[in-house]
Amino acid sequence: MSLKAKDINENTSWKDLTLGCAIFEPMTSAAVNTGNWRTMKPSFNEEKCKQCLLCVPVCPDCAIPVKDGKRTDFDFYFCKGCGICYKVCPFGAIEFKIDDKKEV
Amino acid sequence: MGIRERLSGNEAIAIAFKQINPDVMGAFPITPSTEIPQYFSQYVANGEVDTEFIAVESEHSAMSTCIGASAAGARAVTATSSAGLALMWELLSVAASARLPITLACVNRALTGPININCDHSDSMGARDTGWIQLYSENNQEAYDNMLQAMRIGENSKVMLPVMVCQDGFITSHAIENIELLETEKVKDFVGEYRPENYLLKKENPVSVGAYATAAYYIEAKRAQAQAMINAKEVILEVAAEFEKVTGRKYGFFEEYMMEDAEEAIVVIGSTAGTAKEAVRIMREEGKKVGLIKIRVLRPFPMKELAAALSHVKSVAVMDKAESFSACGGPLFAEVRSALYDCKTRPLMINYIYGLGGRDVTVENIQYAFESLKEIKTSGEAGETYRYLGVRE
Ligand code: SF4
Ligand code: SF4
Repeated sequence: MSLKAKDINENTSWKDLTLGCAIFEPMTSAAVNTGNWRTMKPSFNEEKCKQCLLCVPVCPDCAIPVKDGKRTDFDFYFCKGCGICYKVCPFGAIEFKIDDKKEV
Repeated sequence: MGIRERLSGNEAIAIAFKQINPDVMGAFPITPSTEIPQYFSQYVANGEVDTEFIAVESEHSAMSTCIGASAAGARAVTATSSAGLALMWELLSVAASARLPITLACVNRALTGPININCDHSDSMGARDTGWIQLYSENNQEAYDNMLQAMRIGENSKVMLPVMVCQDGFITSHAIENIELLETEKVKDFVGEYRPENYLLKKENPVSVGAYATAAYYIEAKRAQAQAMINAKEVILEVAAEFEKVTGRKYGFFEEYMMEDAEEAIVVIGSTAGTAKEAVRIMREEGKKVGLIKIRVLRPFPMKELAAALSHVKSVAVMDKAESFSACGGPLFAEVRSALYDCKTRPLMINYIYGLGGRDVTVENIQYAFESLKEIKTSGEAGETYRYLGVRE
C-alpha cells in the first residue's frame, strides 16, 4: 500500500493499491493517454494558418500547444477529436477526418 | 467500578460522544435519533467538548461533512435514522470506499412507506452492503459499549472502515434504563486519539481523496476494501477482549443464550433479544430445550462462527425485523441459512418477519415461534419457510 500513482498500472495487484485509491502526486492526469478515445482526428495545415489563435481557447482539452505566441501541431496524447477547433478555424487550416490510424 | 446511571439509549450515545470528544459532528435531526445531536450540541455550547458541530441542511450533507472532515484527518461522527440514512446512501459507499473511519449512531426506524416513525431494521439492513461495519445493540448499555469500541475497530490500520452502531428506535433510544458508564479518563485511554497515516491536512504529504478508478482498477479497489472487512473480524475480537479487561463486560460477534444443549433456537437482532430471553427462560423452566442467538456484528458477517453455534440445533427460526421483498425471506434469514450450508448436519430453518414499523413483540410471540420450531423438529419438515409473526391474517 505504498506505491505512488506513477508506479501503479494495469498489472498492479490489489494489495499494492494505495488506501482508498488516494493519490499522493499532483497532475497524474498528464500520465494518462486519453487520446486513444478518439474516432475523428484534426490535422493542422501550417501554411494556411494565420495564427489568430481562435482555436486554442475553445479546445476543451488544451490539446493545442502554444509556443512563443504561436500554435504548434496538435497534442494527440490528449486530443479527443471533438472537432470544435475545426469548426472554429476561419481559415480552413484544420482538416477533420476519420482517425483510421489511431496514431498517438 | 464505573459510574452507575440511568439513561436512554440516545443519552448513552450522546454521553459516549462527549467522553470521546470527537473533532467533528455533522448531523441533521430525524426522529428517533434527533436527541443525539440535540444533547451533543448542548455539550458544544457549554464548552464541555472541543468538537466542531456542523449543522447541515440534510443527511446527505451530514455524511458529506463527515467525509470531508475524516479525509482531512479529523475524527468525525454523526447520528441518523430511517429516511436520513437513506438520504446518506450514496455517501455511505463513498465513506467506505475512501476508507474513512467515520462513526455513525444509527437509531433504527422503519423506512417510509407507509410513513412510520417506529422501529424496525429496514434502514440499516438496506445499508448492510455499503461497506460499513455494523454493530447492533440490545439495550442502552450495549449501545454505549459498542460506541466506545467502534472507533478502535474502524480506525485500526488493518481495517480503516466506517462503523455504524445500531440501536432500536424508541424501544432503546427513548426508554430509560440502568447503565454503567466508564469514567471519562478511562474512555479517553481506551478510545485514544485518531492518528491516520495520511490525511488532507498533512502538509508533508499532500493527497487527493476520492479519485476516479477505471475498469482497470475498480475491482482491485473493491478487493482491497473486502480485505479490510475480512481483517475487521480479528480486530473486533481484539478490541472486545481489551474492553472486557477495562469493564468486565464481554462482547463477541454474537451472544449465545442457553444454547449449550438447545434443540430449538431463534436468531435475533436488537432489543427483541431481551423479550426473547424472557421467553427462553420461561420455556427452560418448563423443561424445553430452547436457546437464542443475538447477532451483534452483522458486517463483517460471522459465517463460520454462526455455523458452529447452530449446526447441532434441530430447528431454527431466524427473526427478521425487515423485509427484503425477495419473496422468500428477510436478509438475516438468507445469510444465516447460507452460513449453515457447509455443515454436514444442519437444522431445519424457517424465517419470521416480525415487528415491522414498531409492532410490539411479546413473550407470547416468541413462545409461538418456538412452538412452531417444535412442530418442525417433530415432523422433520420445515414446511413454508417464509413466515410472518404477529400479523393479522
Ligand atoms: S483558428 Fe485556424 S488559423 Fe487560427 S490559429 Fe487556429 S488553426 Fe490557425
Ligand atoms: S479536435 Fe477537439 S480535442 Fe482535438 S484539438 Fe480540436 S478541439 Fe481540441
